[in-house]
Amino acid sequence: MKIKTPSDLEKLRDQGQCMLSPQKPRVSVGMATCGLAAGAGAVFDALRQAADNLRLDLTLVSAGCIGCCQEEPLVDVRMPGFGRVLYARMTPEGADRLIRSLASGELPHENALAYIPEEGSDTPKSAEVLSGLVPINALPFYAKQHKVILRNSGLIDPQSIEEYAARGGYKSLLLALLQLSPHEIIDEITRSGLRGRGGGGFPTGKKWEVCSRAAGTARFIICNADEGDPGAYMDRTVLESDPYAVIEGMTIGGYAIGASQGYVYVRNEYPLAIDRINHAIERSTECGLLGEDILGTDFTFSIQVIRGAGAFVCGEETALIASLEGGLGEPRPRPPYPAVSGLWGKPTLINNVKTWASVAAIIRKGPEWYAGIGTKGNAGTAVFSLVGKVANTGLVEIPLGLTLEEMIQGIGGGGLAGKRVKAVQTGGPSGGCIPADLFHLPIDYASLTQAGSIMGSGGMVVMDEDTCMVDVARYFLRFTMEESCGKCTPCREGARYMYAILTRIIEGEATPEDLVLLEEIAMWVKEASLCGLGQTAPNPVLSTLRYFRDEYDAHVREKRCPAGVCRALIKLTINAERCTGCGLCLRECPVGAIRGKKKAPHIIDPDLCTHCRTCYDICPEKAVEIVR
Amino acid sequence: MITLTINRRPVSVPQGTLLLKAVEEAGITLPSLCHHDALAPYGACRLCMVMITAPYRALVASCTYPVEEGLVVETDAPEAVQARRLALEFLMSRCPRSDVIRKMAEKEGVTASRFGMPSTEQTDELCVLCGLCVRVCRELIGAAAIGFTGRGSERRVGAPFDFQSDACIGCGACAEVCPTGAIQMEDRGNQRILRAWNTRITLSACPECGRFFTPEPTRFLKKMLPEIETYWEVCPDCRRQKTSRQWLNAQ
Amino acid sequence: MPLIAQPDHPPAGAVLARLHQIHSAKGYLPEADIRAAADDLAIPLSRLYSAAAFYSAFSFQPKGRYTIQVCLGTACYIRGGDRLLEKIETLLGVKAGETTPDGMFTVETVHCLGSCSMSPVIRVGEETYGRLKVNLVGRLFKKYRPGEPGQKGVEEQGT
Repeated sequence: MKIKTPSDLEKLRDQGQCMLSPQKPRVSVGMATCGLAAGAGAVFDALRQAADNLRLDLTLVSAGCIGCCQEEPLVDVRMPGFGRVLYARMTPEGADRLIRSLASGELPHENALAYIPEEGSDTPKSAEVLSGLVPINALPFYAKQHKVILRNSGLIDPQSIEEYAARGGYKSLLLALLQLSPHEIIDEITRSGLRGRGGGGFPTGKKWEVCSRAAGTARFIICNADEGDPGAYMDRTVLESDPYAVIEGMTIGGYAIGASQGYVYVRNEYPLAIDRINHAIERSTECGLLGEDILGTDFTFSIQVIRGAGAFVCGEETALIASLEGGLGEPRPRPPYPAVSGLWGKPTLINNVKTWASVAAIIRKGPEWYAGIGTKGNAGTAVFSLVGKVANTGLVEIPLGLTLEEMIQGIGGGGLAGKRVKAVQTGGPSGGCIPADLFHLPIDYASLTQAGSIMGSGGMVVMDEDTCMVDVARYFLRFTMEESCGKCTPCREGARYMYAILTRIIEGEATPEDLVLLEEIAMWVKEASLCGLGQTAPNPVLSTLRYFRDEYDAHVREKRCPAGVCRALIKLTINAERCTGCGLCLRECPVGAIRGKKKAPHIIDPDLCTHCRTCYDICPEKAVEIVR
Repeated sequence: MITLTINRRPVSVPQGTLLLKAVEEAGITLPSLCHHDALAPYGACRLCMVMITAPYRALVASCTYPVEEGLVVETDAPEAVQARRLALEFLMSRCPRSDVIRKMAEKEGVTASRFGMPSTEQTDELCVLCGLCVRVCRELIGAAAIGFTGRGSERRVGAPFDFQSDACIGCGACAEVCPTGAIQMEDRGNQRILRAWNTRITLSACPECGRFFTPEPTRFLKKMLPEIETYWEVCPDCRRQKTSRQWLNAQ
Repeated sequence: MPLIAQPDHPPAGAVLARLHQIHSAKGYLPEADIRAAADDLAIPLSRLYSAAAFYSAFSFQPKGRYTIQVCLGTACYIRGGDRLLEKIETLLGVKAGETTPDGMFTVETVHCLGSCSMSPVIRVGEETYGRLKVNLVGRLFKKYRPGEPGQKGVEEQGT
């Protein structure tokens, strides 16, 4: 069906509504990549099998990610008359029991995490039936979240354009094409205060304005989905969970600047995201929401997906464009900015996935609504992947201005059991490590930059007392060294040498002069590199030198690793009183350095031990001890 | 014309001039390896860093920075000097045998590099990855016979598959433009050897004087200039002689 | 303008798409296919070769039947991804970047699979495995090499 009029869209929306709340049970499994990694595939199969066996008529949906990845695999069950209940940490066996309960018309208690309130309805019956069940937004993980970008993630079938429409999708495009001029759209984006969510934080409206005024006829739209930061998966989740939101945003952008072709450049490591966005483009085209004469107007817009090929530097916009053009992913000096001279030298509007996903929400609810979220100069929401040594890992969307404390202690639930959180790393290889005593800082562009890190695209990796900050700095430098394109001298030669110094430090072979040299090179790479990646590459080193110099000093002067990580500076022993002689470490030691009889305490041969800590990690009795 | 201030003195240059050229205009020579007037600005070696203090304060590579009215530049700011020295130190440690880099470094006051790589990495490397060879071959000649391989510290220049390039016309522009002498072109008998590209071009013997020359570059000239066939079959020297004789006869 | 005129550029993304196509059909980039593709796309061979050699997704060497991608993203790294890699290298007797002699597995490291909440994570072929522990890896690989007696240290663990 081609959607040509508002009433056509109304019909699509009604269909979607029926799919979301059918007159039979609807069971949807979180099947984004993180869910699949937790075993959601097996849960999905078990649900289908059980339903087939019992001949239970239900709708089984593979959905995106609702955010609390810690609790994966997640199953969202909607029983007519009962509302929606979210089940956590499902197993294939649990899935079987779940279906049996549903078949007998009951909601099981087992694994129930929370209920999901539905628009315009009261406390659902499920809350009465399952005593103690709270609404999802009462969970500490969700209490302070505000979902704009992730408004549909995990709640709809990401393949279904009908369900997207049922959640208000394509209303904004309708509004934009039929009621707003391109100029008015740009004005609304400007007034909303939206800033680039890829990490740069450039005012989005201003970028659109510059691009729309740039000389030339052909223009392009690009969605930067080359999410290369290690420890971050916001963009992947949006593409896997709500691809139509990105498409709608890009289409509105195309209309606003007068472009008829858009590209989504997706990271190679995200095959599922590529499938989902491709499918969504196909469906949108079938429905006349992409292609020629969109919504009955004379506006034409198409989107093509380009699969990256494993190069972090392509996340830099000029490198991404060079890669699209078929060349090496090498950045070039700016200006000229892509908004003036981008793909094939034509004005090109390039924004991050999350920026595009915000656009439709802003147009629909108005710029004032968006500007009212967050703080002054930091309007709206941003998505973070909260991972590492934190109790609740997952994808979190917050209004900007929330403090790091509220994020890590409140939403994240603090450190892992019994461990003290030491720092949070934001912004990936371009960012820095912020120590716990600065967790009172608000999460916004200026505060994080001032603290020596950056807001970045949204990676937040929590580190605890067992994380060595020198090792972390070295980890990032190795990353930069491997991912630098190699074009300019500071990034290519400087990163390599900084890595060499950091290696000397963790091996206990560095001198105090090495630290001086390290800082000198870091400053030079920061100021003399050609592109943003090189200029920010020393941040992990500079920020750890700034806040954790004691750890550097311990490595350099005392030849000691306080966190007990650096292999050359630690020893491992087995506490004979705790060891039960189970033999697990003996079997798993990669170098055969552990000896002992069954049920008798084991010992580690110090001559063979490489201090890899495998035994320390797996010992069920925590009998392996690190001597620092 | 655009007027800017370089080291506290006004300098006027035409609009569109690159800062590197304006600095030269002011009588100051900055070290530079990757810039060539005939090629598009590139900004890779980061040797020509200068400090601008207005309209804002920043270290910039002068070879990619177009001049603007009111720009205030200090080539002798400590930060700029430091940035140039570090780049030279690193290039010295990359190419310890290069006299060109050593001399350039000496001019900037650098006599030794603190960044010696472990002895296992000591090399005869002369290439600084300025990319001039790749760019001249692609942008000016149009043969695009060579390119970069790998990335980061693995980056190198070379012919596809590091093997005899079919696209190389043996013009020698790459060797000519290489600032450090990393690319050598050698004629041996009827072979022109470009060792850096693992490429050999078979030369033709000039039917007039017997000297060897490479006929490849003239393949496309033949199409563009429909002269008599035999004109292109002789070496460039004999062509020149022939043309002068024709002119003399015509006089 | 260059002395030798160059034809028009291929469409946006065409070069990457073609390289992906060859790589997924052949498992690597054979020289002959690269040469043919450069002709088809009407771009200089040096340009296509440079692109192929730049991106880590492409290999000029044939790969094993299954590619094991060990994630070394930040979250996986600080939660033991490096030790997982060592274990895998020991188990299979190859280093990252190498292929087992029987052609079954190629071990690679990857800078983030985007499943950070499940760290540490590996991907074998198309399947992603999260919350892995070193002592579970051996069992996992048996699934891909059924019927083979466990190698040193791969015995089933009762954990």
